Amino acid sequence: MTTAAELLAGIPELAGAEPVTRVTIPARLEYTHTPGSAQTRFLTALPDKRLLAERCPQCTRVYVPPRGACPTCGVATTEQLELPHTGTVTTFCIVNIAAKGLNIEVPYCYAYVLLDGAHVGLHARVGDVPYADVRIGQRVEAVWNEERLGPSLASISHFRPTGEPDADPESYRRWM
Amino acid sequence: MSKQPVAVVGVGQTKHVAARQDVSIAGLVREAAVRALADAELTWADIDAVVIGKAPDFFEGVMMPELYLAEALGAVGKPMLRVHTAGSVGGSTALVAANLVAAGVHGTVLTVAFEKQSESNAMWGLSLPVPFQQPLTAGAGGFFAPHVRAYMRRTGAPDTVGSLVAFKDRRNALKNPYAHLHEHDLTLEQVQTSPMLWDPIRYSETCPSSDGACALVLTGDSGAARAPRPPAWVHGGAMRSEPTIFAGKDYVSPQAGRDCAADVYRQAGVTDPRRQIDLAEIYVPFSWYEPMWLENLGFADQGEGWKLVEAGVTEMDGDLPVNPSGGVLSSNPIGASGMIRFAEAALQVRGLAGEHQIDGARRALGHAYGGGAQFFSMWLVGSERPDH
Amino acid sequence: MSPAARSVDRHGRGRDVAVVAFAQSNHTRRTDQLSEVELVMPVLHDVLKQTGLTANRIGFTCSGSSDYLAGRAFSFTMALDGVGAWPPISESHVEMDGAWALYEAWVKLRTGEADTALVYSYGKSSPGSVRDVLTRQLDPYTLAPLWPDSIALAALQAQALIDAGLTDEPRLAETAVRSRRAATGNPHAQLRGSADPAELLQRPYEVEPLRRHDCPPISDGAAAVILAAGDTARALHANPAWIRGIDHRIEAHQPGVRDLTESPSTRLAAAAAGAFDAPLDAAELHAPFTAQEVVLRRALYLSDDVPVNPSGGPLAANPVMAAGLIRIGEAAALIHRGEAHRVLAHATSGPCLQQNLVAVLEGTNGNRNGNSPRSTDGTRGGAR
Repeated sequence: MTTAAELLAGIPELAGAEPVTRVTIPARLEYTHTPGSAQTRFLTALPDKRLLAERCPQCTRVYVPPRGACPTCGVATTEQLELPHTGTVTTFCIVNIAAKGLNIEVPYCYAYVLLDGAHVGLHARVGDVPYADVRIGQRVEAVWNEERLGPSLASISHFRPTGEPDADPESYRRWM
Repeated sequence: MSKQPVAVVGVGQTKHVAARQDVSIAGLVREAAVRALADAELTWADIDAVVIGKAPDFFEGVMMPELYLAEALGAVGKPMLRVHTAGSVGGSTALVAANLVAAGVHGTVLTVAFEKQSESNAMWGLSLPVPFQQPLTAGAGGFFAPHVRAYMRRTGAPDTVGSLVAFKDRRNALKNPYAHLHEHDLTLEQVQTSPMLWDPIRYSETCPSSDGACALVLTGDSGAARAPRPPAWVHGGAMRSEPTIFAGKDYVSPQAGRDCAADVYRQAGVTDPRRQIDLAEIYVPFSWYEPMWLENLGFADQGEGWKLVEAGVTEMDGDLPVNPSGGVLSSNPIGASGMIRFAEAALQVRGLAGEHQIDGARRALGHAYGGGAQFFSMWLVGSERPDH
Repeated sequence: MSPAARSVDRHGRGRDVAVVAFAQSNHTRRTDQLSEVELVMPVLHDVLKQTGLTANRIGFTCSGSSDYLAGRAFSFTMALDGVGAWPPISESHVEMDGAWALYEAWVKLRTGEADTALVYSYGKSSPGSVRDVLTRQLDPYTLAPLWPDSIALAALQAQALIDAGLTDEPRLAETAVRSRRAATGNPHAQLRGSADPAELLQRPYEVEPLRRHDCPPISDGAAAVILAAGDTARALHANPAWIRGIDHRIEAHQPGVRDLTESPSTRLAAAAAGAFDAPLDAAELHAPFTAQEVVLRRALYLSDDVPVNPSGGPLAANPVMAAGLIRIGEAAALIHRGEAHRVLAHATSGPCLQQNLVAVLEGTNGNRNGNSPRSTDGTRGGAR
C-alpha cells in the first residue's frame, strides 16, 4: 500500500509536509430523555419504596420495570401490580473493571434478580455478602437507599441475601 | 420462485489494528473495497449498487456516515443502502446485498462493513448515560458474562473450556495476516491466569477493539462465469430477531438463533450440519460463546458443545474447524466483524484462505449475532453452484 | 391491458408488489409522555388491523430510524418491543428514512422469500436539537466541525435557486401556504392552515433567504406500511397501490461540489422507476424546505397541473426518518381511496437533497382523471 507520506510526496505543494494523522474535534449534543408513560408509573412509585410491575393482558407475564409493551405480544401492559421486595438471583457476574462515567466501586456483583411474582429479572447489584458466596438460586431482598429515594432505580442501593434456603430451581428455570 | 443464484467473486479486508491513524474513515472503507474489486478483477464502473453496514453511529461520532462515504465507495449516481442491525450488521449487510442480486434488481453489488473504533470511544458509545436506566454492565462483557455463567451452570462445563477456545483462536490468528492480535508467545497458562474482568470472563477470553473494514463483490450467474477465481455460491441465508428482554428468553441458546440456522439449513438442504458442513466462522466475542453457539447452531446436542471444544473438534485439524481465521477474539471491528465471518467462509470454499485454509472445504457457515443476543444473520456458502 | 394484469414489471422481471395498508401517528412537536415504543406501537396496531394480519403472520419486517436522533445507541432494539417479535421474526433495520426500509422489504418480496412485509419508521426529534444533530451527518473532518446546520444548508440551496432566477421569496411563500392549507384535510398533520403569503413575507428571516414558513416543523412521529406481493396483495386490499417502479440514487456529499439547483440523483431514480413513462395524477415529495420543491419539480419534469403534496407534505409534519416513508404511504392512500390512479412518491436523505428515492405507484382500477386528490382545489399549481 502507498503510505500517507508517499502520497503527500507526490503533491509538490505538500512536499516535506508531515501527514495529519489525528485531529481532535469535540462535539457536544444535549438530549432530554423521557421515559414514557409505563416507566414513569414505575419510577414515580420508587420514592415510596413500591415496586410497580405491569402484566401483559394477553400472555399474563409480569414485567418489571415495565417498558410500555409486552415484547412478545406487542401490546401495551396496563394492569399494574405491586411486587414484594424479595426475589431470587437467577444469574450474575462479578465486574472487576471500572467503566468510564460509571460511578460504581469495583469489584461489584451485577445480577439478574427475579422478584417474586415477576417473569423477567431486574438488573441489580448484590452486596453485603462475600462475592464468592453469591450463587444462582440465592434468595435476596432490596436494600433501599434511604438518603437518595427518588424517581430512579438508584433508590435501590442493592439486594442482600435474606438467609432463606435457596429457591427451588423449578421456580425460576423458565425465567432465567 | 424467481430467486437468482448469488456468487461471491471478490473479498477484501484491511489489516485489523487498534487504531488506523494513517487513514480516514473513507480511506479505511475504500482500502477494503479496492481489494475486493481487485480480487474480482472488476472496476468501480462494474458495480451497480453499494450496500454498507456498521454498528452504532456513536462509535465514530458520525451520523449516517454512508452519506459522507458516497464518493469513496464509488456510489455517486448509484443506489446506496445503509444497514444497522447491531452486532449482526456485517452479516445482515451482506444478506441485503445478496438479495439485490437474488431478486434480479442488480447484476453486481459491492457490500462493505466497517468500524473505526479509534475515532471515538466505543465503550462510551455503548454506555451513553440514560438517566432513568441504571447502567451496571460496564460494556458488552458485563452484559454477556451472566449468560456465560448460566451456560456453565446448565451444562456443568469445566471452567477451562473458555480458555481452550481463546488459545485456539489466537493460535489460528497467527496464520491470518489480516488478524488484529498476533500473540506469538501466548501460552494456555497465560490465558488461564489473565485477569478476571467480568467473572467468569477473563481478559484473554475477550475480543479486542479494532479498526477495520471488509468488502465483498456479489454477482449472479453471468458475473460468476466471468470471474477470474473460483466463486463462493450462497446456498442459504437468513436473519432472525427476537426482543431484547422478555419473559422466558433463553439467553444461553436464543430461539432466534436456532430458527435462523434451521432456515439456512433448509434452504441449503442440510439435515446434519455437523457432517455436511466443513467448517464454521462463528461470531464469538467472548470465548464461551463457541460452545454455546455450537449447540444453538445444531453442531452439538444441548449441553454438549463444550465437549466438542475439549475434544479438539473445533481446532484447525479437527473435523469441524471453527474460526480458522482467528475469529472475533482476534479481530473485532464491530460493524465489520459479521461480514468478516461471511467473507472468511467464502474464502475457504473458494480455496483462497491462504495459510489458514482448511483443505477440501466445500461448505462453510458464516454467522453473526448482535444486540442482547437477539439479532442473528447467517449464510451458508459452497464451492458448487446450488441447483435449486 | 390493465396494469394489474401484468405479472412482471416493465423490465419483464420479478413479482408485483403493492402497498396494502398505511398508518401514521398524529405528528406533534413533542411527545414527552411517550417512549419510542409507545409512539410506534399504536401505529403498528393500526396498520396490521387494516389488513387483519398479525405480526407473526408477516413474512418480513424492516424498520428505519436513527440513533443520533434518539440520542442513544441501539434505539431501534427498544422499538422492536412494539412489534411482538415472538416467535422470532425475519427482520432487518436501516439507519435511514423508512422509505429505504420499504425498499429493502420490496427487494425481499421480489426474491420470493416472503409474501408480506411490515415496514415502519419513527423519529423523536424532541429529545435533542434536530438542527444541531443533523450537522453530525456531514463530513466529519472538514464540514461537521463547522456545525453548518440544516437550515443554513437549505438556505444556501434556496439562494442558489433565487440567484439562478428559478424562484423568489413570494413564490416560496406560496408553496408554504399551499402545503399547510392542504394539510387542513389531514388529521395527522402538525401544521394545518396558514396565513396569507403577504403576511408571511412580513416576518423575519430564519436564515436568509428562508423564513420560518419555508422550513419544516420539528416533529415527533411514526409511520407504518404493509407491502404484499401478487395475489396476497389482491386478497388484502380491494385496490392495492402497486409499486410500478422504485429506485434510489446518491450524489456527492459536499454541497460545494454539487449544483444545488439540480437533483440529478432524483432524475436518475425517477427514470429507473418509470416515472416518465406515463402522466402522473399527483406527487408526494419529501421536500422539507420550500425551495427544495422547486429543485424536485424540475428534476421530475412535474408540470404545474400535477398536484404536489395533497397531504400537506413535510412542511406540515416532518418526523425525521419517517417523513419519506409517509410520502409513499400518502401516495398509496390516494390510490386506496380512489382519488388517483398513478402517483409518484419521493424521499430524501442527507444535506441539500444528497440522496433521493422515487417510487411510482398505480392502482388496479382505472380511475384516471377521477376525483381530485383532496384539499388541493383552489391551490393547485400555487407554486409556479
